Amino acid sequence: MIAITVNGREVQVAPGTSVAAALLMAGEPSRLSVRGAPRAPLCGMGICMECRATVNGVLHQRTCQLLCAAGMEVVTG
Amino acid sequence: MSARVDVLVVGAGPGGMAAATVAAEAGRRVCLVDGGTAPGGQIWRGYSTPSASRSPHGREFVRWSERLQRSGCAVWQGWQVVDHPAEGVLRVERDGECRDVGYERLILATGARERFLPFPGWTLPGVMGAGGVQALMKAGLEARGRRVVVAGSGPLLLAVAAGLHDAGATVAGIYEQAAAGRLARFALRMLRHPGKLAEGAGYRLKTRKAAYRTGAWVVRAEGKDRVERVTVTDGRREWQVECDWLACGFHLVPNLELPLLLGCSVAGGYVAVDALQQSSVANVACVGELTGIGGLEKALAEGQIAGWAAAGREAQARAMTAEAGRGRRFGAELEAAFALREELRTLADAETVVCRCEDVPYGALAGKVGWREAKLHTRCGMGACQGRVCGAVTEFLFGWDAKSGRPPIYPALMSTMAEGAEETKAAAQRR
Repeated sequence: MIAITVNGREVQVAPGTSVAAALLMAGEPSRLSVRGAPRAPLCGMGICMECRATVNGVLHQRTCQLLCAAGMEVVTG
Repeated sequence: MSARVDVLVVGAGPGGMAAATVAAEAGRRVCLVDGGTAPGGQIWRGYSTPSASRSPHGREFVRWSERLQRSGCAVWQGWQVVDHPAEGVLRVERDGECRDVGYERLILATGARERFLPFPGWTLPGVMGAGGVQALMKAGLEARGRRVVVAGSGPLLLAVAAGLHDAGATVAGIYEQAAAGRLARFALRMLRHPGKLAEGAGYRLKTRKAAYRTGAWVVRAEGKDRVERVTVTDGRREWQVECDWLACGFHLVPNLELPLLLGCSVAGGYVAVDALQQSSVANVACVGELTGIGGLEKALAEGQIAGWAAAGREAQARAMTAEAGRGRRFGAELEAAFALREELRTLADAETVVCRCEDVPYGALAGKVGWREAKLHTRCGMGACQGRVCGAVTEFLFGWDAKSGRPPIYPALMSTMAEGAEETKAAAQRR
């Protein structure tokens, strides 16, 4: 298993898990819409941009196109 | 220039893999660029694992994957094409790094995305595409114990429901908007494609405990912080179904951004190509879903045609055109069988978000004369997805032409656009 943190909380996932899948399993929305509504992954294939989150300090990462790596820090909202 | 090749192929689904493989086998220098983490595209997503590669689809993936590796083709995974900065050059980006790739011949195999349609509640967490759920499960999403409604339209729905069942989820219902009569005619025509018919029947057998309703669709999703229930209708009565997820997609639309950026002519919603897959732009070929939604066999045949043609092997290319034609006819039958019903145009109410990136509601768009006015007045389609989701929505709801191919075709760093441009400018001056 690989340990990442989501908003400071540790989450364990199997190798090969995308960050978007990890967020869904952790029950965390990936972003807040421009009017403040929680959003979670929609398309799963890098098109819709709903799964964007901050990963290791880099803003607006498409988390469905990114695999979890040990120690990765993900911040949503 | 970071690299210069004879043949550049964009998209590593079946069409792109086939094109790159045969062109490289014919001795051309080939580069295959793909935005995903591994070759396979959407239909072969996650097939690099040993267990998946043993399925019938998986074995075909392994054959092409091994052939691609042996062919000598350079495979660049994780690179997103963002711009076409000069004639014969594409600009790609990965993790903030930018490269310009020069080519003599270009083959585009950028595939398709799901069509989404808005209904009240479709922005709630837990409402995902049907293909979206499948892609996320292949990327590690655990479905065990979840209650899932599968809805929308297209042959994908049964495959997704079967995948959910295999993963330990409860399929709480499968709702296909197309009417039973159309689907029965489609099934009869499928007698000519017994493999596909058997595949569909196998999926249905797995999910036989779940209700499968044709001529039924979701009108509303509700829940506090995530979807908890959906309302389904058959046009006469409405009923509610409790669920943790809604997997809902309405067949597929092609990813036309790159062909449009290059200036390829589009007719009837797809790139117009000749028998050798050549587009209206010299030395640019398009294959697979870009030329008509038709699935795996069509993509493999068209990919090989374009790959052979790019390598100057016209006879080999022409030998595949009959198979590509069969694939195109199958695609046309799919499109007719799963044509969207009129009622789906009226699901959104005034408050329902249409453009998810900019939170533009239906009420702000109704009455606008077209896509351009909508963009200028409401910011519809101006967000991060650049209209990839709401463009197809407004084409269906309002009949607008929302297709666009303006650079950068994906969000890119300023340094990619500026520094890459510097490099291209220097090269132009040297010429």
